[in-house]
This record gives sequence, structure tokens and C-alpha cells, in this order.
Amino acid sequence: MKVFIERTNEHREVKAETVRELLELLEINPTTVIVARNNELVIDNTKLNRRDSIKILSVISGG
Amino acid sequence: MVCKKCSTTPVIKLSNSNISLCKSCFVRYFEKKVFKTIRTYNLIEDNDHLGVAVSGGKDSTTLLYLLNKLIKDRKDIKLTGIAIDEGIEGYRDKSLEFLKSFCDKNKVNLKIFSYKDAFGKSLDSILKSNKSIIPCSVCGVFRRYLLNKNSKELGFTKLATGHNLDDEAQTVLMNYFRRNIKVSARLGPITGVMNNSKFIKRIKPLYFMTEKEVTTYAYLKGFVDKYMECPNDSDSYRAQVRDMLNGFEAKYPGTKHSIITSFLEILPLLKNNIEYKDVIKNCSICNEPCSQDICQACKYVESLVKN
Repeated sequence: MKVFIERTNEHREVKAETVRELLELLEINPTTVIVARNNELVIDNTKLNRRDSIKILSVISGG
Repeated sequence: MVCKKCSTTPVIKLSNSNISLCKSCFVRYFEKKVFKTIRTYNLIEDNDHLGVAVSGGKDSTTLLYLLNKLIKDRKDIKLTGIAIDEGIEGYRDKSLEFLKSFCDKNKVNLKIFSYKDAFGKSLDSILKSNKSIIPCSVCGVFRRYLLNKNSKELGFTKLATGHNLDDEAQTVLMNYFRRNIKVSARLGPITGVMNNSKFIKRIKPLYFMTEKEVTTYAYLKGFVDKYMECPNDSDSYRAQVRDMLNGFEAKYPGTKHSIITSFLEILPLLKNNIEYKDVIKNCSICNEPCSQDICQACKYVESLVKN
């Protein structure tokens, strides 16, 4: 699936079954992000499929 | 997993419980909890003129939206946004652009004060000619100075800030690590030196909301602009404490809530023992309140701006 990581402005192609697995693969702490699948927010046990478009948005304030 | 309240698709799992909530139940939960904080701690009173410290970021935009919503039918309460332009190119100029359009759309009066007008130089310019200084230390002093001074001049009775539970938990830990408990005595949902007109009381309506909850709310309401991080922030002491705390929270959910709950239990003791021991003087240069003969902002102006 296509993944956009907002904080680092990176586009990646990743295979993962769930949001939790996706964040583990990308080594992202789940408390520091919210995840949108096709622009709808999802929680960590949500199942993903390869056609999904994922955005990982940082919750950390910019300073 | 489904929404605990209505069994539809959830958008968030709350970190201090195992509860998941859908979009509309979460928005209701969030607003209810913020308004409860305001009521419980008496953060807003009749005839208040609230200043809201705003930057265009998700926390302060959420705060401004909620306070504006809360007081819209109160003719006796006035609300004004106050923003500080530090002069950080590519960062603050962009967030202020978003803020101005948000305030226009929501009919909020906005006042902006810049380092350049107040101190003679932008932060970028100060850092360029003083490479060894810690940006956040100088910036924090200047920002607090301008907020307090201009809040008094604008006639605010209180200044609301977008500090959330994560911010406060970080500050509590930082003060422990640096043996700075005296400063912790000034924390809590309502702060400021009581009955001293030199300081504006600060209120923190988002005090019990985590950063993740605030971001979720801001995203659902469309307040999240393009992500921007202050270019001077990454190596700060706070950033290191934040990362450590987030690591703990991931392993032990509810850690941040526990820090704040424990802190609020000891806060009355800290306030009774420490808070009023400081003698407040007036700065001999600018006449603003401070604990020494010259305030830290004037010291920085002398050493960093006029050099």
C-alpha cells in the first residue's frame, strides 16, 4: 500500500496487515501519530489492504 | 473493535482506558471534557476579557475554536487572539497566515506582536549573530515577556494557552530533573501569581487532553494545516524529555495521565510552601515584573540584540 509519512515528508510502499504492524515496520511510536486510511482516521488494530492510501500524521507540536 | 458508545467504526483508542470512540462520540467526549475542566477549575468568570495565545498550530487553534464556541452567547465575555511573531522564516510566517484566515473566518479579533518591533531583531537574526545560544531559552523568555506585557495593555483578565496534558507532564518531569520544584508550584490548570496585577493569570482548558486527542479533534474539525516543526526545536531538552515520555507511554499506557494526577495531588502543598516566597520587583529598565533588578528579557536584549 502507499504510505505518506507527514513528519519526514516521505512516500513509501509498504506491506502490512494492520495499522499496528505498519507502524512497527516503520519503527514509529503509535503514541506520536494518528493514522488516516483514505482520509478517515483509524485505530491500531484496523485491517489494511494493498489498495489503501495511508497518511501518518505527527501529533507532536511543531514548537 | 467498535465505538464503545454506539458500535460504529472508531477513530481513536483512549490511552488511559481501553475505550475506542467513533468520530461523533469522540468530538462530544472531547468538548465535554474541556468544558468540564473550565467549570471545575473556574477558568472563566463573568465579565472576563479572555486573551487566547495562538500560533496557528493545532493546539491553540483548537483552543480558540472551543472558547469562541463556549462564549458565543455570552455578551459579558470578550475574546481576543494574541500571537507572537518570533521571526522564524518558513515556519512562523506560514502558521500566522493560516491563523489570520482562521480568525477572519471565525470572526475573532487577532493582535500580533513581533520580536523585531519589540526588541529590534527577529529570532532568525539574533541566532545568526549568536551561534552558541540555546534558541528555546531566549525565545521562551521573549515570548512570555511579550504575552504578559501586551495582555495587560489589551486589558485581558486572563490569558488562555493551548498547553495540553503532554506539555504539562513534560514540564513536571523537566522541573524534577533540574531540581526546579519552585517553578512547578506555578503549574496547574490555572496559574499566575494570585492578586498581583503585574502578571496575567494563565488558564489551560486543554490541560487534561493528550496531544493525540487534540490532534485527532483538530484533524476531524479540519484545523490541521501542513505539518511544520520549528527548525530550532529538535535538540531541545524538552524534545528529549518528550521522546522519553512517549517511549514510556507506548510501553505503559496511561503514564502521562498518572504523572498529572500525581502532580495535582501535591500541587496544593507546593503552592502553600513555595509560591509566595519570591519577591516581585520591577525591572529597572522596562518596569516589567521580575525577581531581580533587571528582567531576563532586558538582559538578553543587552547581550544578544545590542551586541
